Amino acid sequence: MCDLAEYLPEQLPERSILHSDMNSFYASVEAMLDPKLRGKAVAVCGSQETRHGIVLAKSQKAKKAGVKTGMAVWEARQCCPDLIVVPPQYDAYIKYSKLAHEIYLRYTDQMEPFGMDECWLDLTGTGRDPVQTADEIRETVKSELGLTVSIGVSFNKIFAKLGSDMKKPDAVTVITRQNFRSLVWPLAASEILYCGRATTRRLARYGVLTIGDIAATPPELLQDWLGINGLALWRYAAGLDCSRVMTDGWEAPVKSIGHGVTCVSDLLNDGEVWHVMLELAQEVGHRLRSQDFLAGGVQLTLRDNGLLFTQYQAKREAATRSAMEIAQDCFRLFRENYRWETPVRAICVRAVRLVSSREPQQLGIFDDAARREKQDRLEAAIDDIRRRYGKRAVYNACLMGDIKVHEIGASEVTMPGMMYV
Amino acid sequence: MRDGDKMARKVYVEVILKTDREGKNRPLSILWEDGTRYEVDRLLDVRRAASLKVGGGGMRYVIMIRGQQCRLFEEDGRWFVEADGPEDGERGES
Repeated sequence: MCDLAEYLPEQLPERSILHSDMNSFYASVEAMLDPKLRGKAVAVCGSQETRHGIVLAKSQKAKKAGVKTGMAVWEARQCCPDLIVVPPQYDAYIKYSKLAHEIYLRYTDQMEPFGMDECWLDLTGTGRDPVQTADEIRETVKSELGLTVSIGVSFNKIFAKLGSDMKKPDAVTVITRQNFRSLVWPLAASEILYCGRATTRRLARYGVLTIGDIAATPPELLQDWLGINGLALWRYAAGLDCSRVMTDGWEAPVKSIGHGVTCVSDLLNDGEVWHVMLELAQEVGHRLRSQDFLAGGVQLTLRDNGLLFTQYQAKREAATRSAMEIAQDCFRLFRENYRWETPVRAICVRAVRLVSSREPQQLGIFDDAARREKQDRLEAAIDDIRRRYGKRAVYNACLMGDIKVHEIGASEVTMPGMMYV
Repeated sequence: MRDGDKMARKVYVEVILKTDREGKNRPLSILWEDGTRYEVDRLLDVRRAASLKVGGGGMRYVIMIRGQQCRLFEEDGRWFVEADGPEDGERGES
């Protein structure tokens, strides 16, 4: 047992952190826009025709019937025969996420979004009562946007997030320095942020099953088992997390830039795979350029039609942001490794080992820097044309016609990144 | 819906507005779907709100027209009112 956890949280400075979670976000927005869906079992699902037919979000009633996120539509219908399936409207989700942020910003500028539907708020020093404010936010979101939120109020970000998961929907849960041992410690270890499936399995092997068990395990031991993450997990469980809530506008540091797609039908030969890779690389190249990064390596993720994942990675001699070079690297990886035992269903092209494009680059002796610079200027010009006249204003001739890719419009959606620590 | 038989519907309308120097809007009249123009007698309240009756929402103007209260919403540049009436039925142009 570790006695540090017994008294340290009380010694940390008093903080008022809120974590607001919009309940069943996609499904709630759909029900808010169409009152006929209210109180019904609703699932927002990708298109079955373009093979994105999985459940992206579900309403409370669908959840009670056993529908889970990630289920195939047919599976969901088996669980819940009267399930109403609606396609996603990403523009609406982005709009309502922004409107919720506007409400939060009335209370504090220390607002750190975590994905589209979650947000941390720091009220420390604002003179506001955190529980009263949480209730006010909950009521305001309901009356102004017609959506419900669950809010966790606590003295750190980890417990605030945990609190927002404890009572749903439309509720406020308070976790204090006095009650966290009885409220949080009996919960399963997997409930705490960043304790994923693999970590939970590993901890279970050592008999660490609850958050209380994590807090009671000597941190050195956790570090031994899980590396540096073990130490962080112990701090979180013991109520010692003191990470800041970032101010509005802060973005998690980018570690990689990727773009992937599940194809409309299986890809059957190298030519088809090349077209999809080149198409995906356009977006990756564009995002590298707009965020001032160069890729020091590429990563290719494939899923065959047996839904088996394989991932390959390669380091580059010279860092690049050229869509063509990224596509060529990925294709080389593909040719070297893929045996065509089954057709390809999904591809993701990712730029990794990112470095700032403003950093000086080491030139290679066999690399033609002048040619590379010329290619970069060409791609910058193409990027500019696309910015002014649209993505399809200029593109590779080989990408004309049906390349088995269907735009789903989800690229604007923000997925949860890393919490600021 | 709360009232089983009385379904509300979303009716998009044409609005004549006055925008003051601060950028505040004040609806002066609305053109109903049957072509009748209704003058707005009073503006009672303006705030952002969701329309629980017909879905969606935006800036909500509670107005008085011929002695009756009416809720007018501005949603993404378009204006609608919550109207009582048959659901879907003849929602098209009349």
